[in-house]
Amino acid sequence: MTARIASTAVVLLLLAVPLAGTVLDEPWLITLATRVAILGMAGVGLNLVLGYGGMVSLGHAAYFGVGGYVAGILAHHALEGHPVLAWPIALGGTDSMIVIWLVAIVCGALLALLIGCLSLRTTGVYFIMITLAFAQMIYYFTVSWPAYGGEDGLPIYLRNSLVGLDTMDPMTFFLIVFAALVVVIFLVSRVVRSRFGLALTAVRQNEARVRSVGIGGFRIRLVAFVMSGAITALAGALFVDLNRFVSPSMLSWHTSGEIMVFVILGGVARLWGPIAGAALYVFLEQVLGSMTDHWQFWVGLLLIAVVLHARGGIMGFTSGRRSDDG
Amino acid sequence: MRALVTAGAALVLCAASVTASADGLKVGMITTLSGGGSALGVDVRDGFMLALDQSGRTDIDVVIEDDQRKPEIAVQIADKMVQSDNVDVLTGIIWSNLAIAVVPSVVRQGKFYLSPNAGPSKLAGEGCHENYFNVAWQNDNLHEAAGGHANDAGFAKSFILAPNYPAGHDALTGYKRFFTGEIAAEVYTELGQTDYAAEIAQIRASDADSVFFFLPGGMGISFMKQYAGSGVDLPVVGPAFSFDQGILNAVGEAALGVRNTSQWSKDLDNAANQAFVASFQEAYGRLPSLYASQGFDTANLLISALDKADVSDADAFREALRAADFTSVRGDFMFGPNHHPVQDIYVREVVMEDGVLTNRIVSLALEDHADAYAGECSM
Amino acid sequence: MMPATLIAEQVLNGLQFGVMLFLMSAGLTLVFGVMGLINLAHGSLYMVGAFACAAVVAATGSSYWVGPFPSPGVVAPPGSFWLGLAASLAAAAAAGALVEVTLMRRLYQRGHLDQVLVTFALILVFSEGIRWIFGAFPLYLDIPPSLGGTVPLPGGLDYPLYRLVIIAAGLAVAAGLFQLVSRTRLGMRIRAGESDREMIAAIGVNIRALYTAVFALGAALAGFAGAVIGSITSVEVGMGEPVLILAFVVIVIGGIGSIKGALVGAILVGVTDTMGRLLLPALFATFLEPADAAATGASLASMLIYLLMALILFFRPGGLFGKVA
Repeated sequence: MTARIASTAVVLLLLAVPLAGTVLDEPWLITLATRVAILGMAGVGLNLVLGYGGMVSLGHAAYFGVGGYVAGILAHHALEGHPVLAWPIALGGTDSMIVIWLVAIVCGALLALLIGCLSLRTTGVYFIMITLAFAQMIYYFTVSWPAYGGEDGLPIYLRNSLVGLDTMDPMTFFLIVFAALVVVIFLVSRVVRSRFGLALTAVRQNEARVRSVGIGGFRIRLVAFVMSGAITALAGALFVDLNRFVSPSMLSWHTSGEIMVFVILGGVARLWGPIAGAALYVFLEQVLGSMTDHWQFWVGLLLIAVVLHARGGIMGFTSGRRSDDG
Repeated sequence: MRALVTAGAALVLCAASVTASADGLKVGMITTLSGGGSALGVDVRDGFMLALDQSGRTDIDVVIEDDQRKPEIAVQIADKMVQSDNVDVLTGIIWSNLAIAVVPSVVRQGKFYLSPNAGPSKLAGEGCHENYFNVAWQNDNLHEAAGGHANDAGFAKSFILAPNYPAGHDALTGYKRFFTGEIAAEVYTELGQTDYAAEIAQIRASDADSVFFFLPGGMGISFMKQYAGSGVDLPVVGPAFSFDQGILNAVGEAALGVRNTSQWSKDLDNAANQAFVASFQEAYGRLPSLYASQGFDTANLLISALDKADVSDADAFREALRAADFTSVRGDFMFGPNHHPVQDIYVREVVMEDGVLTNRIVSLALEDHADAYAGECSM
Repeated sequence: MMPATLIAEQVLNGLQFGVMLFLMSAGLTLVFGVMGLINLAHGSLYMVGAFACAAVVAATGSSYWVGPFPSPGVVAPPGSFWLGLAASLAAAAAAGALVEVTLMRRLYQRGHLDQVLVTFALILVFSEGIRWIFGAFPLYLDIPPSLGGTVPLPGGLDYPLYRLVIIAAGLAVAAGLFQLVSRTRLGMRIRAGESDREMIAAIGVNIRALYTAVFALGAALAGFAGAVIGSITSVEVGMGEPVLILAFVVIVIGGIGSIKGALVGAILVGVTDTMGRLLLPALFATFLEPADAAATGASLASMLIYLLMALILFFRPGGLFGKVA
């Protein structure tokens, strides 16, 4: 089976589950599929740096959380009627999804630029530890910052609005998320096939050679890192709309680890891999979690087995090829 | 690919097998059963289920789900219980931040929520709701009682500390609301902090005559052990959370003699409580905790309401809940206008009884105590 | 004005915290230096040490409880802390060796990504496994009576004896490690392994046994730290994770692979964190309301060591004693 068929299967499955939810009158299934799509999108962001660029970021919860807080804070101010900023410029809250997405993308990109500038000066283990440490710093900041609920988090009660759609309807919201996901994946596929994407892969494989032909490895990696942060922040904003709630737990380092797990379970450097990985993770959580309180024990063992014996993840396993060509 | 198809099919089957029950009442319990803090959720669940067993009722169906102490998971479970399981009543949440995430949305969808533990001020004042009932306490209550006790004990100057998060801020505010003496210093520690040497040094250097602290879970265990070994011997007072049955063992003898405030204690002298303590020990082989008593009361409140009204008649069922016509293990119990308890809060002392660390009531801290937010609630 | 004894006491507290961080970081940095392995599950070995110590203390001292582990509220009379400490070393070393032989060995040739994932998965397995065995309640573990109480120090300061002992023990371990690495045959092999893995295999050293030994040594240090610190904090599942992240900060500051860097970084982080928590709220109190100053100061203090890390990285991307980034 080729990679294309495996991808198609993921898309069909992602559409089939909410459809089944509608037919069986189980709206919960639609919510689960929406969650898979959003978590998968966060993984798509990470995949860009991790899979294609070879940068093992263990701090992507920071961008996920920042996107989430953008959505939470803007919606909160729209609800309360207070401006976000009174000075130097008056800036009000909003409950428009489009505006929130744009702000989340910009904030995620800016944060990634800042963290990237510092952490991309290093490689390997340093890079892993530094991305983790910066994410942890932001986590502690949100926990102790009282203005937006601190550890308690911030409820927004209602989903934000999009051109007159009933976003509280599970199927409508799923379709919005799905459309956003398709757009993101399309853009990422264009990026990785572009000259920039080739350069990014080349930097991963052999930085010295790339440098010798006059391309700056640092700048290429930084641009990829910023794009990655922006995508993950968008996923964070959608996640908050799904739950109608944002809290620091989105920024905990377990979230970073889980996003990475989605990428690996699905298959590194596969466009739809993170979605397959998130689907498997959510499936295990639901099925094992209903059987035992200690389901994380089994998930841990399974993950070890996947890394040691099935390195291509689901997508690699089903399409029978190594991931580098995807 | 085959794996994926199988997975999808299993997911559909798994969800489809949870179908709505016939008559009676369906309860959705969202509580923490895995990860950090699961001890509290397990106790609430066990107390709740014990009361159901003792009632012998078969028309109450309970769905229990683990929230892993993560607010987003709790929200998802609540969505599932409302959308797919068709529950009538939700309960079980331990943590304030999870309650804030879940409660406003479920009560607005016409479901009832009975809180067996968390009582954030957001849900007691302006954010109160006619379908939300708190069977435990408003978060500030035990801290206020600690302030009241400090006055009775003649403390003039307190050093107060709590973690730097909303519940920690509420705790110090609650204490200051009732304590009439001076505050030597107020210190906010990092959430999850384990080493309190720096704070203990500040206590040592201060001229306080007493220490009030709110450090739930492992933080309190660490603080008490280090405080006991520090040579500082100012009297300590705190809410029951750091001295409850579940964690006294881990604190060890460092806890002996410490005064703490609670609306329940296993030696409360009433028949319902004695029966509860004995039956809980028999059923689970351990002493019940504060949380178990709250779970037990929550279930009995629910049963008392179901005796009077059917849940399909929401107004009648709400009236039946508001009447709180059940025998609480804390003795007297009634709801205030914001559906939060009006109850006595006691001062307990940690003692050693037959080689077991436990609490004994020494005095009454506040009688018929209601919360400070009831006035802001209009329903 | 702040009394001098308070400042002195906080410096000692910072030193003690730093020494404990060193015990954690030393193992991480050794394992990285020798095998090139990043181990997220190092915090789990810390937890294993604490639980082993608590279990042995309970098992050697109690006559009250029945069943494998004490039920909540039942205090066993203290058993032997020293046996517990030995058990913590043994259990963590054994767990480390087991993990090395079954899993890590397959990861040395793989990228850091696989190492991160497997060790992240190991955290899930260890945490949930320990909760399965011991239950969800924290365990009882206290310091031995002989090390309780305080000792008077010059300047009129009474300081807990146990914390002084931690400082001394940690510095002794540090000295021992330096001796081990610079003077012994094992140390020579470790240094050789760091610089050239193929060469050391070529000269006939059993590199598999060497790796297992180094991993077990790092694990034992973490387990030791877990037991020593567990007896003044709380022995519970997940206790290792905050410490692990701090240990990462220490290593990044000190330079990966350098034991000297780990020691300096650990003490720098320990003292900065402790002093920050004291001084920042006091600083804000000069121009803010007490409650606001306490909260704001505490918020900033929790970020201070990360800012320190960012600053050091900016000027020295390889850390203070690192070779190359």
